[in-house]
Amino acid sequence: MAGLTGRMSTVVKAKVSKLLDRAEDPAETLDYSYQKQVEQLQNVKKGIADVVTAKKRLQMQESSLQQNVVKLDTQARQALAAGNEELAKAALERKNVAQTELQSLDTQVSELEDQQQKLTDSEQKLRAKIEAFRTKKEVIKAQYSAAEAQVRISEAATGVGEQMADVGLAMQRAVDKTENMRARADAVQELEAAGTFEDVTQLGSGEDDIDRQLKQLSSAPAVEDELAKMKAELGSPASAQAPQISAPEGGEASAGGEGEQPATQPADGGQA
Amino acid sequence: MIVRISGEDQYRLADEDARRLNELESEVVAIVEGGSEDGFAQAFAQMLDFVRSHGTPLGEDELEGSDVILPPADVSFAEAGREFTGEGLIPD
Repeated sequence: MAGLTGRMSTVVKAKVSKLLDRAEDPAETLDYSYQKQVEQLQNVKKGIADVVTAKKRLQMQESSLQQNVVKLDTQARQALAAGNEELAKAALERKNVAQTELQSLDTQVSELEDQQQKLTDSEQKLRAKIEAFRTKKEVIKAQYSAAEAQVRISEAATGVGEQMADVGLAMQRAVDKTENMRARADAVQELEAAGTFEDVTQLGSGEDDIDRQLKQLSSAPAVEDELAKMKAELGSPASAQAPQISAPEGGEASAGGEGEQPATQPADGGQA
Repeated sequence: MIVRISGEDQYRLADEDARRLNELESEVVAIVEGGSEDGFAQAFAQMLDFVRSHGTPLGEDELEGSDVILPPADVSFAEAGREFTGEGLIPD
């Protein structure tokens, strides 16, 4: 061992050995040992499938959130055009939360992709070792006396066993990460279920629970900035009035505003 | 000597390289015991890179137990710390 007694590796190795000891003696009967290895391979496949399922779920949430972002942006513009700044602000706050969630989902999806890749690699390595074990056990059975065969099989089984323990560790890490993300996905779903990203025009004038929560969640400066930008684009004054599209500079902004919705309609709906 | 990097591969390392690995590992352990994360990621990555660059990967049909097993590349400072308090990556 060349005197290597590093503490970190010793601790990890001791734990892997413990995992191996806990399992029934892998060399006890060759065919039983092989059968165990194949079972472990099935477990890895199931682990990969679980990661893929978790990833798909997050991706579905992503696309639903993306739709909400577009919808809330449109609603904010419509509300502002109609002179209802409070409603516009409420929509922007929700949009802000949805965008923050989207970013975090993005990170998680790529992390899960990473885990999926690692497990797939592990599965291939384990498969190769199991195949080597299968070949070796037949050779050993044919060539050696029972006692000698037992020693050699035991060595080979240790090699495969360590690979199985390693794959088990990779799976455990993947499961932990997937579970964290599942909890996160549930939290987003709760926000959605609570109507957080629903049609803001359904709301009355009063603040509801969701609004109060959103104010805490969303960063106010970002919302104010976007509101100001949207106002500039719509060319409406700060005070809530029926907008007069009369900005002389008339850049892409006011042209866009006209194209998207009937911006010049009277704002009586907003006043009621 | 045979070294496994968890989640990656097993490598065959010459004796002199094993001594260098021992030094690199001691540095990582010292950082972890110091309790400050500064330099941990770099020292840990350096140790794994040393094994990858100086070792010869075992063939996929070679069935050998490892003399040394190192934690996976994505181990966090907190996980490495727990490694020494008995919990570690693999539950007891």
